[in-house]
Amino acid sequence: MEKNKYNYLVNKYTPKENRLTNGVISFLIGGSMGVVGELLRRLWSNILDIPLKDTGTYMIITLIFIGCLFTALGFFDNIVNFAKAGLIVPITGFAHSMQSAALEYRNEGLVTGLGANIFKLSGTVILYGVVSAYVFGLIRLLLFGG
Amino acid sequence: MTFKYKNVYINETGTVVGPYEKEGPLVNYFDKSYNDFYFNKKTFEQAESKLIEDSVDIVLDKLDKTRFDIDLFISGDLLNQLMSSNYAASTLGIPYFGIYNACASSVEGLILASNMVEAGQIKNCICSVSSHNNTAEKQFRYPVEYGGPKPKTTTFTTTGSASAYLSYNKEGIKVESATIGVVKDLGIKDAYQMGAVMAPAAAYTIYKHLKDTKREVSYYDLILTGDLGSIGKKILTEYMQTEYNIELKNYDDTATMIYDLENQDVYSGGSGPACAPLVTYGYIFSLMKKKKLKRVLLVATGSLHSVSSVNQKLTIPSIAHAISLEVVE
Repeated sequence: MEKNKYNYLVNKYTPKENRLTNGVISFLIGGSMGVVGELLRRLWSNILDIPLKDTGTYMIITLIFIGCLFTALGFFDNIVNFAKAGLIVPITGFAHSMQSAALEYRNEGLVTGLGANIFKLSGTVILYGVVSAYVFGLIRLLLFGG
Repeated sequence: MTFKYKNVYINETGTVVGPYEKEGPLVNYFDKSYNDFYFNKKTFEQAESKLIEDSVDIVLDKLDKTRFDIDLFISGDLLNQLMSSNYAASTLGIPYFGIYNACASSVEGLILASNMVEAGQIKNCICSVSSHNNTAEKQFRYPVEYGGPKPKTTTFTTTGSASAYLSYNKEGIKVESATIGVVKDLGIKDAYQMGAVMAPAAAYTIYKHLKDTKREVSYYDLILTGDLGSIGKKILTEYMQTEYNIELKNYDDTATMIYDLENQDVYSGGSGPACAPLVTYGYIFSLMKKKKLKRVLLVATGSLHSVSSVNQKLTIPSIAHAISLEVVE
């Protein structure tokens, strides 16, 4: 059988992914994450008695901590698997990818295992995050003067 | 390439499984099961090695033999450089062949052992294979605790090990004939679609086996592929019909038997070198011993990709080996 014919046969039996359902779930959970983030900001603002605009970092650190803790406790992967982009796109996804890699490779040594592999999934995000920040920053500077 | 055997028998088998397989429908047919993924070892890789050692120990116990009575140990798994097989072989101290044909390793081992037993070069042999869900995830996919979504075509690597003891003593299950497969590549690149990758190899091996032995599909009470998954099974059935004009009757796939696909979260079924022999040695052999099945063709299929080959966007080659098993009359 020719490759394109076989490809057609395979596609016939490949089930469709529920993109709409997945999208709606991600939208709702991602939106809820925004609400949680805002609540955390107000919480820290009240507890530490600092202006609301300075609480962004505290909120991010809290979410990273929760993402890492839940990953280490072993049930965050099931939640992410359900929520998909709703938890992968926010900072929790970044924390989850680093924490899961760290757990996986910790028994291969602190340098050769954990150190070398902790950015296995998130390294791409950092690299292209920095590159795109540079490019868009430059565009903004040239077009709008900073 | 097909050959027949006169005097090779699988006398005894040993099967060990992990927690997911224990929750599956075939739990009563396995010799031993675990509730966790470590089995008191420090790493998943060492745990997989322990699975092999356990399954060999079970076989030796059943036969009332020691490891010094065994002429040859053949073992395969999915890990780089066959890590778990090598460490198990190191503990066992039996003359050893390590083999790799991915999930077709089980039948590859049985064929090699049968040939040497038939030729009288060895008196007996233990063939093992293992797979471990977490070591496979780590090597081929993402870290175990990472929860990225997967497509429905994915298969779930079985945790377990299966060992078989072969000799020329006429008891147990007869190894009647075997067909060595050819590597097929029909242009599928998706490593999450292994059923589609392997179906053409399985189809060719079944076709070639039937042609070489001049048999019809109906000669066998059951043709068993391992492990195409629920989607690969449908693809194979149609491909077999259109390409070779053979209607697959009495056909099943081990990937769809080892788990409860409705209630367990295993996507399109099981995979891994251990899946096919676990189902065969556990469940199918018990049916054969009750004479409910007399002739079974086991076709183990392997997807021969690596992380590098997938990252280089190469198409995935696949292989399938067949072995014909019969009840001793």
